[in-house]
Amino acid sequence: MSLLSTEPRLLAPVSQRSTWKSPWKRVTVIAGLIVAAFWLIVLITLPWWAPYKPLEAVGTRLQPPSWHHLFGTDALSRDVFTRTLYGARQTLPVSVAVIVCAVAIGTILGSLAGFFGGWIESVVMRLVDVTLAFPPIFLAMAVAAALGPGLRNAFFAMVIVWWPIYARLIRGQVQAVKHRDHIQAAESIGATRWRILRKHVLPLSFTPALINATLDLGQVVILTATLSFLGLGAKPPSPEWGAMITEGADFFYQWWIAVAPGIAILTVGMAFNFLGDGLREALDVRAKR
Amino acid sequence: MTSAPPLLEIRDLHVRFAVRSGQVHAVRGLDLAVQRGEVAAVVGESGSGKSASMLAALGLLDVNATATGSVRFDGRELLQAAPSVLRGIRGGRIGMIFQDPMTSLNPVLEIRRQIAEAVITHQRVSPRRAESRAVELLELVSFPDAARRARSYPHELSGGMRQRVMIAMALANDPDILIADEPTTALDVTVQAQILDLLRSLRQSRELAIILITHDLGVVAGLADSVHVMYAGRIAESGPVVDIFHRPQHPYTAGLLASLPRLDLPDRELTPIGGIPPRLYEEPVGCAFAPRCQYAIAACSESEPMLQHVNESLVACGVLPMEETTTEASR
Repeated sequence: MSLLSTEPRLLAPVSQRSTWKSPWKRVTVIAGLIVAAFWLIVLITLPWWAPYKPLEAVGTRLQPPSWHHLFGTDALSRDVFTRTLYGARQTLPVSVAVIVCAVAIGTILGSLAGFFGGWIESVVMRLVDVTLAFPPIFLAMAVAAALGPGLRNAFFAMVIVWWPIYARLIRGQVQAVKHRDHIQAAESIGATRWRILRKHVLPLSFTPALINATLDLGQVVILTATLSFLGLGAKPPSPEWGAMITEGADFFYQWWIAVAPGIAILTVGMAFNFLGDGLREALDVRAKR
Repeated sequence: MTSAPPLLEIRDLHVRFAVRSGQVHAVRGLDLAVQRGEVAAVVGESGSGKSASMLAALGLLDVNATATGSVRFDGRELLQAAPSVLRGIRGGRIGMIFQDPMTSLNPVLEIRRQIAEAVITHQRVSPRRAESRAVELLELVSFPDAARRARSYPHELSGGMRQRVMIAMALANDPDILIADEPTTALDVTVQAQILDLLRSLRQSRELAIILITHDLGVVAGLADSVHVMYAGRIAESGPVVDIFHRPQHPYTAGLLASLPRLDLPDRELTPIGGIPPRLYEEPVGCAFAPRCQYAIAACSESEPMLQHVNESLVACGVLPMEETTTEASR
């Protein structure tokens, strides 16, 4: 083998394109990643190292923050720091489930509408239009109130609010992709419509939905907390962030009771926004340059 | 030619596209027959209906198009066939390759999986078997280092290599006919020659009939047995390749040949055909070529000429027989 091999590098990397345009973007994405990872770890490992139990009364009520109680204690003398950490175990799984279900329903209905057109498209898209005509928060409140308070009903309410966004997004993508040449090529080898949709259209249509899902995760966390704050989500003893803020709102001078879960919501919401932004930068061709 | 029934027979095919301003009558009564093992070239300018008629035959037209007439493949009518029947024939007994290999492959699938898909769609085989078949097919189309490069993605391949992948896909189920829609238009000239060589050798080794859609007469000369010149959605002239090139009977064919550069006659002036093809929003009255034809007589703009036999060819021209001098001039 000579030093200067003439053998072509067949599988050379396409391009080492720089994914991050500005250093500031890189900082925010890494920050988002760290915060999201922190909450994920807390979520999983919390029971083994939590200082107290979320429903346990520990000493005096309404204690200000101290080394024993980092965010003080609340009106029922529970440790606010512990309850805030435990809140992640309520809000985050529900939010992720909402997004997963909304993306699944939206992808199925949206791709059917975009690919097959006709009456399927008319039915699905009118349903989408009607749903999106309501302000999301009001619709979610109305549905949650109709179903009755509780985290599970809040989940259903939020899926109903969110799936149309993905249906519309995916439909547009599918419509753009289905006219590409390689779709006709797939038809020319005799592939069925279903197979073409699953194998050739959907994989190329899904990226924007993925980006949007990451961005929306922060929104859903906030909406979950909002519904709980309004008494339509998790109910009081359970350490849910929105519900905790409701409790804290009664105690103006004991600011820590409401501020701790507020900080939690803030960090989670920002983290997913940063992550989604970074993801968009990395995956979405249109966002480049 | 044998008297056996043709493998593919198109009779009085009409294709109409519904557009915003009305209707475009893109194919206006096409007749075309292809025998087993024959290479038939369909030649014409953009918009002459070459591709539309082939897509119609395979049921691949967009929803705004309607096709009427008859397309018989091996004794079976295709135009009214159920979608499942058409799917069985597409990619099974009729393979098709497209003009632009850069966009005709799925960018996110390895090429071996795309070829394997063509196999799996028509044969009951395991995915593993289909992928090894994909490598065999790549070897068949002279894809270098096929076993390893079968794992490539389309963006890692050049245009010529991608067109080989397309051909491999089209050949996956050993079809009787390969419809090649301008297979070399998007490729470099040197690569064009390679692809044409490949088609020629495939045709010999597997008795493959090829319908070659092209506007490049140079491509036609080296590969085709018969040539069908289309103009404004109809056959202007069709016949054996030798007759078309040396004794063109239709002024349009003669005009096409006169506008082609020739290596053996370097000093010859190229003579373009003046004017543009008719827009088929309204039906042309009389011969569609008459407005551009230097030989047109009054009768040409009155009635549309029928196809008639001249030597070995079929010609649709109202001023036949053309004088011998005109055919000489086109040499």
